[in-house]
Amino acid sequence: MQLTVWTYEGPPHVGAMRVATGMQGLHYVLHAPQGDTYADLLFTMIERRDRRPPVTYTTFSARDLGGDTAELFKTAAQNAYDRFQPQAMIVGASCTGSLIQDDPGGLARALNLPIPVVTVDLPAYQRKENWGAAETFYQLVRALAGPSAPAPGAKRPEREAGVRSSCNLLGPAALGFRHRDDVTEITGLLAGLGIDVNVTAPMGATPADLARLGDADFNVVLYPEIAGQAASWLQRTFGQPSTKTIPIGVSATREFVEEVAGLAGVDATAVLATSSTRLPWYSRSVDSTYLTGKRVFIFGDATHAVAAARIASDELGFKVVGIGTYSREFGREIREAAKLYDVEPLITDDYLEVEAKVAELQPELVLGTQMERHIAKRLGVPCAVISAPVHVQDFPARYAPQMGFEGANVIFDTWVHPLMMGLEEHLLAMFKDDFEFKDGAMPSHLGSGHAGPARDVPAQAGQASTSSIPVSDIAVIWAADAEKELHKIPFFVRGKARRNTERFANENGLATITVETLYDAKAHYAR
Amino acid sequence: MNAHVQGCTVSVAKQAVPQLVRRESGQREVFCGLTGIVWLHRKIQDAFFLVVGSRTCAHLIQSAAGVMIFAEPRFATAIMEEKDLAGLTDANDELDRIVTQLIARRPDIRLLFLVGSCPSEVIKLDLSRAALRLSQTFSPAVRILNYSGSGIETTFTQGEDACLASLVPAAPPMGTGEDQLLIVGSLADVVEDQFVRMFEALGIGPVQFLPPRNSTAMPAVGPNTKFLLAQPFLADTARALEDRGATRLAAPFPLGVEGTTTWLRAAADAFGVDPALFEKVTQPNRARAERALVRYRDELAGRSIFLFPDSQLEIPLARFLSRELSMRLIEVGTPYLHREHLAEELKLLPIDVALTEGQDVDLQLDRCREARPDLVLCGLGLANPLEAEGLTTKWSIELVFTPIQGYEQAADLAELFARPLVRRAKLVA
Repeated sequence: MQLTVWTYEGPPHVGAMRVATGMQGLHYVLHAPQGDTYADLLFTMIERRDRRPPVTYTTFSARDLGGDTAELFKTAAQNAYDRFQPQAMIVGASCTGSLIQDDPGGLARALNLPIPVVTVDLPAYQRKENWGAAETFYQLVRALAGPSAPAPGAKRPEREAGVRSSCNLLGPAALGFRHRDDVTEITGLLAGLGIDVNVTAPMGATPADLARLGDADFNVVLYPEIAGQAASWLQRTFGQPSTKTIPIGVSATREFVEEVAGLAGVDATAVLATSSTRLPWYSRSVDSTYLTGKRVFIFGDATHAVAAARIASDELGFKVVGIGTYSREFGREIREAAKLYDVEPLITDDYLEVEAKVAELQPELVLGTQMERHIAKRLGVPCAVISAPVHVQDFPARYAPQMGFEGANVIFDTWVHPLMMGLEEHLLAMFKDDFEFKDGAMPSHLGSGHAGPARDVPAQAGQASTSSIPVSDIAVIWAADAEKELHKIPFFVRGKARRNTERFANENGLATITVETLYDAKAHYAR
Repeated sequence: MNAHVQGCTVSVAKQAVPQLVRRESGQREVFCGLTGIVWLHRKIQDAFFLVVGSRTCAHLIQSAAGVMIFAEPRFATAIMEEKDLAGLTDANDELDRIVTQLIARRPDIRLLFLVGSCPSEVIKLDLSRAALRLSQTFSPAVRILNYSGSGIETTFTQGEDACLASLVPAAPPMGTGEDQLLIVGSLADVVEDQFVRMFEALGIGPVQFLPPRNSTAMPAVGPNTKFLLAQPFLADTARALEDRGATRLAAPFPLGVEGTTTWLRAAADAFGVDPALFEKVTQPNRARAERALVRYRDELAGRSIFLFPDSQLEIPLARFLSRELSMRLIEVGTPYLHREHLAEELKLLPIDVALTEGQDVDLQLDRCREARPDLVLCGLGLANPLEAEGLTTKWSIELVFTPIQGYEQAADLAELFARPLVRRAKLVA
């Protein structure tokens, strides 16, 4: 057993739902008890979908367990077929459904439905959401594209002269982090190169579309967490190569353009020459000098975390002080990235461990999931979201891709805006003793009626909880002159100075903080 | 149009009880009983809820709770893994390890609920024995109880019923003496405080509450206990109290002015309160609440509503909506109909009301689309899809998270139903 407070990933059948809900003309019959329907609201509320996920839950109850739950499954599957008339169906069991061992695949076959029925067997007690999505997508691709596979060993015919190259975009699904806009961005980028998109899947694809995946020359793997397994099967079966570069960030996008141009046999020079993104110039502009060496902690799915670290380090000039992922399946990628930045990789799905790490590292910016956003909020650190698990805010009304050149623009804004602007920082320092500029003085545009923010509260170990974060082990006393000196520090960094000094005093066994202690701590934490 | 459209069926409906109930089984678009943890852990402030279940359970509670306000909330899931399924001995050892870890981490906890789930029930992990075993280790610092919130046994609010029923044996016995009033079912603190003032003014008291705000303040229960249900979904809890000799006071539920008055009156009658005093005490609140309701009646009168089954509050809500706001009831769904506890409510419903117990969501959606009601009360899984089809919806879950009981909340409750219609009328784009 594993004690879990908050989870990064749902169970694997939720991954299967993300694939089914992203697609069209597919129905998922899930052997599950009442209550598992909660998952519908992830799609209707977080993603604001205008229709119910295409999922039928058999809804067995305790009294059915003594009777015939298998019959219940067959009835539900037959009714779902009759009502929704899907092109194909997937069948499986949720965690409880799998315990009653009814064999949904066998039962569905016995119905002799006139459509392909694909069994997805997801080990609910071992695996999680992303794995479930990848496995479901793989099983669907294998079942639906498999019949048109060339004979083993047959050589892929050369594309005829004059025929445009085409590819599949693999990986976007329901509840994905900015998948909707990434697809638009990358489709546009490929069009600029003269490459057609044969099928985008799972998002928007029908089972009939999956059947013609083999028609493309190669596959673009946008999200390896979901599409990696299917893409490697397509590579083995159809001889379709897959892209390796994830086009997040300016450099990665340029490399991606070169990679696909190579696979498609087209010239990328024009696209690379004309592609415009403001990130490089904005990053070079003098106002951005304050970004230099900002300490950033990164956590998310491996694909987004690795990409974020590269952008942070190479394109914004931040210092990566920590990188991690919740998906153990992609631990290797994170360990490799951690080596580049000379940090310890954090591979865990224990939210409290991530929180402790953030508290320990004291980064100036957190790039994470919605879970890290909460952590950062509690610790008073700016944060931007870079990865699933998602929240309703991650489905903005505006166009906001992460991938491609426009994605780089979006990332610049999203990561930099939570930070204090450079010029602002200088002005604050310059005017810190001005009588109108003091603690509690709110920005003038908020009027005089507002109470000031309570910024300078002594550090505590998280209210309303017994947090494991060691901030003050023993009570230290601030000498009056040290307290006075502390108040000369601009209020927006004072909380951090107070915490650091108290930590320094604790670590050095000092009972009283003097002015000297304050500056010793400042020197100690100076970078 | 039926006679009750004008809200004048009072005299007709008082006599007979609607008999025709459609019973459906099929896909249910409702939460399981684990969801109750979301409000119960706020109510009992020194209790911790440990679900023994799967990743699905953890994900459900997280999704239902919506926002992660608390870094370490007073609930968690012991997620079972492959090896826990292989042998129950191992599962019990693992559970002991987790509980020890948890109690070490949270020394502030005085009451720990081991909450059963679908997988723990299916593999027959005996949490009552586990609770007994662990109690021996951790008593008296921590009391350990168990109940099931599994979806194969409980629907949404039935989780609270199971939780409160598990608390009843922990209630101390009551000595002989005067009758005592016990209010059963979690209410918002603000509502509890209003009722306390009301009962004090009526000379009934001290009043006790189940669940208590703190596990050390468990109400005493015995033959002198007379209890009023504040929620309509407490079948097992009521039975457990009756087994301890307590008497249930039959009443409608305290939703709306009428519901609140008759609910209070049931207690007043049982405690021999002078009707003149009852009138004097309740009249100002009644009048104020009725004044506040007027503007919402203007919005809602004559509008039709379709209630999907969710919290078992649907029947009292339907009574309030039809009698105090003159809304037309197209269909009133409830996951479970407890005829005895709802008897006083059923008497107040229009005689020809369409009641449905259980659910087959696809068939029910067909009926709803066919009827094109002005307003649909439904869960979050259905709300946006129905809005996209042009229907106007009210999320049912808000009714269990918002203070809606009592006089001062009657207009707030009406407003919850008026708001979606007002909003729809406002939006032009």
